[in-house]
Amino acid sequence: MTEPVVRHFGPKAYADHPPFSYPDYRSTVKRSPTHAPITIVETLSESTGPGPIWSEMAEEDSDLTTNSGTGEAALGERIIVTGRVLDESGNGVPGTLLEIWQANASGRYVHWRETAFPAPLDPNFIGVGQCRTDGAGVYRFTTIKPGAYPWGNHPNAWRPAHIHFSVLGSALGTRLVTQMYFQGDPLLPLDPIYNSAPAHSRERMIAHYDHEVTTDHWALGWRWDIVLRGELATPADEDEA
Amino acid sequence: MSDKLGQTPSQTVGPYFSMRLGGPGQNVVSSPDGAGERIVITGRVLDGDRNHIEDALVETWQANPLGRYNHPDDTRDLDLDPGFIGFARATSDFETGTFRIETVKPGRVPDIEGDFQAPHISVIVQARGMLNPVFTRIYFSDEEVANDDDLILRQVPPNRRQTLVARAVEGTDPTEYVFDLKFQGEDETVFFDF
Repeated sequence: MTEPVVRHFGPKAYADHPPFSYPDYRSTVKRSPTHAPITIVETLSESTGPGPIWSEMAEEDSDLTTNSGTGEAALGERIIVTGRVLDESGNGVPGTLLEIWQANASGRYVHWRETAFPAPLDPNFIGVGQCRTDGAGVYRFTTIKPGAYPWGNHPNAWRPAHIHFSVLGSALGTRLVTQMYFQGDPLLPLDPIYNSAPAHSRERMIAHYDHEVTTDHWALGWRWDIVLRGELATPADEDEA
Repeated sequence: MSDKLGQTPSQTVGPYFSMRLGGPGQNVVSSPDGAGERIVITGRVLDGDRNHIEDALVETWQANPLGRYNHPDDTRDLDLDPGFIGFARATSDFETGTFRIETVKPGRVPDIEGDFQAPHISVIVQARGMLNPVFTRIYFSDEEVANDDDLILRQVPPNRRQTLVARAVEGTDPTEYVFDLKFQGEDETVFFDF
C-alpha cells in the first residue's frame, strides 16, 4: 500500500473530562484558554502520533520497589497495579507505553521543587517507572503505595494518594495524562483535582482492590483499566470478529 | 456503537512530571547526521497575566523533511531516516518559561483534499494548573505561500492566524524560530480540536 490511511479518533468526549478552568483548583484560572478550540478535520498529522515509535524505544522498568539502583528495596506497602489499556470499543491497546511517577510511602516526591513538606525521602525509591502493554493491552507495575501529600491550594489541603500515568496511544489525539486513585481514600471527596472530573466519569480514575492480584506474602493487588479516546479496530478487523 | 466504554478523564501533569517526562535529550527530534535542514524552535509559555509558566510540558510531533511520518499508518514510499524520531519533549525553564526543540524542518504532508499542507509541527501542551492537554500547530514565517493555501490555517479566523506562525530570527544558524504559547489575552494562541 502506498496511500496512507487516515483513521478517525474523534470526537474527544469533552463531557467526560474536566473543564479547562476549574476555580476550586486555583492554578487553572490563568492557565486555561478563553477561546473554544477550533475544530479541524483530521489529517495524517492528527491520525498519526508518537505512540508506536516512542513505545518501541522505551526500556521496561516496571518495578519501582527495586529500580533505584542501590540494590536495596524501597520502604512502604508493596503493591501490584495492573489492568488494561483499552479503546472505546473495549479492544486492548497493545504495545503502548505507560510512564508513571509518584510520591513515596511518606508522601514525598523526589523532586528539587519539593521543599515544603518535611517528610522523609527513601534513598531506595526514585518514584518513576515505565512499562509497555502486552498483546492484549495488559500492563503491570510493582510499586509502593504512595502517601498523601499536602499542597498550597487552600488551607489544610491534602492530595489523596495517587500515581501519575502518562499514555501516548496510537495517535496525536489519544494522548492522555491522568492520575490513578485508590478505592476508599477518605481524601477523595475533598480533592479539587479529582473532583474537577465530572461526577459521572471521575470514578473511572479509581483503582479497586483485587484479591486475585494480591500475591501471598508479597504484595497487595489493585486493578485499574484506562480507556483512551477512539477505536483501534479497522472495519476489516470488525468483519473478522 | 451504543455500549462504548467511557474515556478515562484527563488530569494535570502536576509540578513533578519532569521526574519522568522530558529528560535530557528528549528535545532533539533527529540524530545530528540525519537528512534535512536543521532548525531550532524556542518560545515562552505564558499565562493569562503574561507571567511565564515555569512547569509546562511541550511535546511536538512532525513529519520528516520529505513529509513522511514515523508511524505505521504512513505507508507511503518515501525514505525514512533511521535517526529521525519525529517526537520531542521539552520542559519550560523554571526561571524564564522558555522551551527549546532541536529539529529539522518538516516537509509537506497530504491534506484530505488531494493537496499538500504547509510545513507544520503538531504541538501538545500540558502544565501544572492545566487539567487537559491543548493541541496546536507551529507553522513557519518563511512559508507564506504554502501557509496561505493550507487547509487547516484557512479554518482559522485571519486575525488569529499569526498566533500559529513561528517567526524566523534573522542571522541565526541553524535558523531559530520563535513560537510563544499564550493561554489568554488578545493574542491567545489558537488551539485545535479534532
